[in-house]
Amino acid sequence: MIRTPLRPLARILDARQRGENPDAIERENIRIRHEQMRDRARARAEGRLLVLGLLFLCCYLTIGARMGLMAASEPEEPRTRTSGASILAQRSDITDREGRILATNMETYSLYAQPPHMIDPERAARELMKIFPDLNEKRLMRDFTGGKRKFIWIKKKISPEQRQAVHDIGSPGLLFGPREMRLYPNGKLASHVLGGASFGREGVHAAEVIGVAGVEKTFDDFLRDPANGGKPLQLSIDLTVQAAVERVLQGGMMLMNAKGAAAVLMDVHTGEVISLASLPDFDPNDRPRPPTQGHAADSPLFNRAVQGVYELGSTFKIFAVSQALQLGLVTPETMIDTKGPLTWGRFRIRDFHNYGSELTVTKVIEKSSNIGTARIAQMIGADRQQDFLKSLGFFEPVPLEMLEASGGQPLLPPKWSELSTMTISYGHGLSATPAHLAAAYATIANGGRKVTPTLLKRDTPQGGERVMSAEVAASARAMLRRVVTEGTASMGEVPGYAVAGKTGTADKPRENGRGYYKDRVIATFASMFPVNDPQYVLVVTLDEPVETSGPKPRRTAGWTAVPVAAEMITRIAPLLDLRPQIEPETLAGITLASE
Amino acid sequence: MTEMVYGAVPVREGEPILPKWWRTIDKWSLTAILILFALGLLLGLAASPPLAERNGFSHFHYVQRQAVFGGAGLLAMLVTSMMSPVLVRRLAVIGFLFAFVALAFLPFLGTDFGKGAVRWYSLGFASFQPSEFLKPGFVVAAAWMMAAAQEINGPPGRIWSFALAMTIVVMLALQPDFGQAALVLFGWGVMYFVAGAPMLLLICMAGAVVLGGTFAYENSEHFARRIDGFLNPEVDPTTQIGYATNAIQEGGFFGVGVGEGTVKWSLPDAHTDFIIAVAAEEYGLILVLCIITLYAIVVARSFFRLMRERDPFIRLAGTGLAAIFGVQAMINMGVAVRLLPAKGMTLPFVSYGGSSLIATGIAMGMLLAFTRSRPQGEIGDLLRGHHR
Repeated sequence: MIRTPLRPLARILDARQRGENPDAIERENIRIRHEQMRDRARARAEGRLLVLGLLFLCCYLTIGARMGLMAASEPEEPRTRTSGASILAQRSDITDREGRILATNMETYSLYAQPPHMIDPERAARELMKIFPDLNEKRLMRDFTGGKRKFIWIKKKISPEQRQAVHDIGSPGLLFGPREMRLYPNGKLASHVLGGASFGREGVHAAEVIGVAGVEKTFDDFLRDPANGGKPLQLSIDLTVQAAVERVLQGGMMLMNAKGAAAVLMDVHTGEVISLASLPDFDPNDRPRPPTQGHAADSPLFNRAVQGVYELGSTFKIFAVSQALQLGLVTPETMIDTKGPLTWGRFRIRDFHNYGSELTVTKVIEKSSNIGTARIAQMIGADRQQDFLKSLGFFEPVPLEMLEASGGQPLLPPKWSELSTMTISYGHGLSATPAHLAAAYATIANGGRKVTPTLLKRDTPQGGERVMSAEVAASARAMLRRVVTEGTASMGEVPGYAVAGKTGTADKPRENGRGYYKDRVIATFASMFPVNDPQYVLVVTLDEPVETSGPKPRRTAGWTAVPVAAEMITRIAPLLDLRPQIEPETLAGITLASE
Repeated sequence: MTEMVYGAVPVREGEPILPKWWRTIDKWSLTAILILFALGLLLGLAASPPLAERNGFSHFHYVQRQAVFGGAGLLAMLVTSMMSPVLVRRLAVIGFLFAFVALAFLPFLGTDFGKGAVRWYSLGFASFQPSEFLKPGFVVAAAWMMAAAQEINGPPGRIWSFALAMTIVVMLALQPDFGQAALVLFGWGVMYFVAGAPMLLLICMAGAVVLGGTFAYENSEHFARRIDGFLNPEVDPTTQIGYATNAIQEGGFFGVGVGEGTVKWSLPDAHTDFIIAVAAEEYGLILVLCIITLYAIVVARSFFRLMRERDPFIRLAGTGLAAIFGVQAMINMGVAVRLLPAKGMTLPFVSYGGSSLIATGIAMGMLLAFTRSRPQGEIGDLLRGHHR
């Protein structure tokens, strides 16, 4: 390769020798080099421009071809992909433990209007008013004729009859969007458990149904998950039992003039909640709005069974006694000093009646002696009492699978003094929900194992951690049985079902936090049946009951909650497949072979 | 200097401006541009009455405005195309500086017209989008720098132009106006390519673009939604793309007839970004192919004439202008046929738009000025001085 020197040195030197200015040669050289570079650049640019131009032409050709393909294809009617069948049955059903439907879906329609398409908007508005008298006629007329609104929702859900009637108006501007609505065919039954559902995101052709409360909310993701293939959610609730419980509770609440009531029925081995009722209740098909003023507890949405934290009174005594038995501090026959009043600082503990100076432990439960229980609690001490109550689940909200349960956080004393220990032993100073109580009583009933309540059906016993020995549980049950046979719950005897339980009557604390009302109580009866092999725990709580058949109004649980619970057990025990065990009368003329 | 060397003076001394202009102008491109403008008015007659009705103007309000602004734009184009390349360069660089300053002050003085991006100055009777004027100015300035870099002992113009391009891209991306930013970047890339970019660097740049796109996809929800909408094979008929697709299908080969189209009633951007859908619906595939051909003619003719250009500045500037013009049309139509993800970009000269019409007119005037026949030291030039 012949290299061309950058500078024509030879010529420059020549010029210098001749005494000429070499700059002209230099400039000339640069000009020539520049020309050459320029030609090279142009040659290269020519190629690249050609490439670029071809690229552009290819792109234009592609666009033209694509345009031609699209023009040649048939136009389709614009429609959204989510229409018709795809939105149906998106949310799984909810059934009771036997597979009976508690919540299902129904296909319905929403009604909307497009005023620009209307021929006679005034007539359409007038006719609509005839079908839906609850609409606001002035507003409807304004929206239809104003010319501003292009789209108006009129009704979220309409019945088939209403739909036909709207069809008959014949206005092209009245249109329907398919909707799937949640239907609770049993009405108010188990309303607090189910909660309710409403529309979430809404389009014209479909709307999302989302749970807003109860199991509908807790299991919202499960119910909406298409991967389940429409598998229903099976609850532990028994529809028949729930109906009986609610009916009896409703009657009892009215008879006892209570303003509210709650009942929890639980399987003591599996922890399944067979029935959970709270009154007053509501219809989940038409769920009321949450109250914006007043007490949350006054709303029918308030679930007393899991949200209502109350001081549950003497029902707690059995915990102190079973713990003392478990720790070996006492036996059922140990004599406890019950001389009253028991003074602790400025605080005096009294009994309902004076039970004399000494009672056995069994009698303390049977007679429901505050002083006796407080003395036993003193033996146990604050720390051990806390551990025991914690192991029974009184420190946490009940882990039930419904949204509201997490709101039932028990109220514990800020400082667990010895006085707290004594008052808590007979159920004052610690507030918990009826569901807490049911779970704790289930531990005594099933022989000492902790039970976690659940709303989902399960078949096997939980076999939770042991809280007390089987013997202690058996003695506790014997004492609770005596409460019914000899003590405060004598009205709770249901022939053949050997009910055991404990009453509790707690004065309601004043709202201002100073002391207690004298004439407002929470009456509770926590029971289990049948006592020789307990299967179920039933807790009945009445809010502010008063029984007025006698000369003086009676408010104690023995007169209010206990008869309601007894009636409930009479009704539901057969439904739960429990046979009554009636001691045979001496049958004339028959000698049993075993004798 | 060419004349000095070759001793031939192809340019007639004292030739009157207009005859010289007519003799040297690229008549094909000029014709194509004029037809495009006329088609824009024709489509405006179809596409803009719904908008005028919505905004409470008389039916052909926007057509009148289009005609006025288009007239101004065409005038600007003709005047610009009569200038010499040197004069064009000077004016363009000065104009570029003004536009750059205007762009820089947008965040403080601009308005977003409720569209979420501050891109405009409101002048009362019209709005003014500096980035539209910035594009041709930038192309000329960058071409000037790159051409200077090709001189012996010239400045490092490529680096300068790259820095300038990146500055503008960042400023535009902050508005945000990714479409214009991409156009500027694309214009610079094309010029750099023609100016003799090393192949390896080009490959690296392609990789960088892919990376940048991925980054934008991951970090910008706005951007990601558009890409997702594009990748989804199902067209949601309630989107603009859905309506446009339907309109093209309805139109078929010969259209549904003048004024019979329906898409203009549903598409908010029928008169700007989706005017091609209106054209396809009312006049059918035929008109669309005509429009595509016209754009292709402008681009191909310009490239063809620039291939012979010896002056690096003119070649580069012309390439950049033609490429931006061509790719803008390409993106607009590519979106309508779903070859490209949704990106708001106007169809030059056809879409409605006041200041953009004038800016496009100026840009095309520059392109025409650059593609005018000039003596290139070829044998034909030596013999006849013209004949192209």
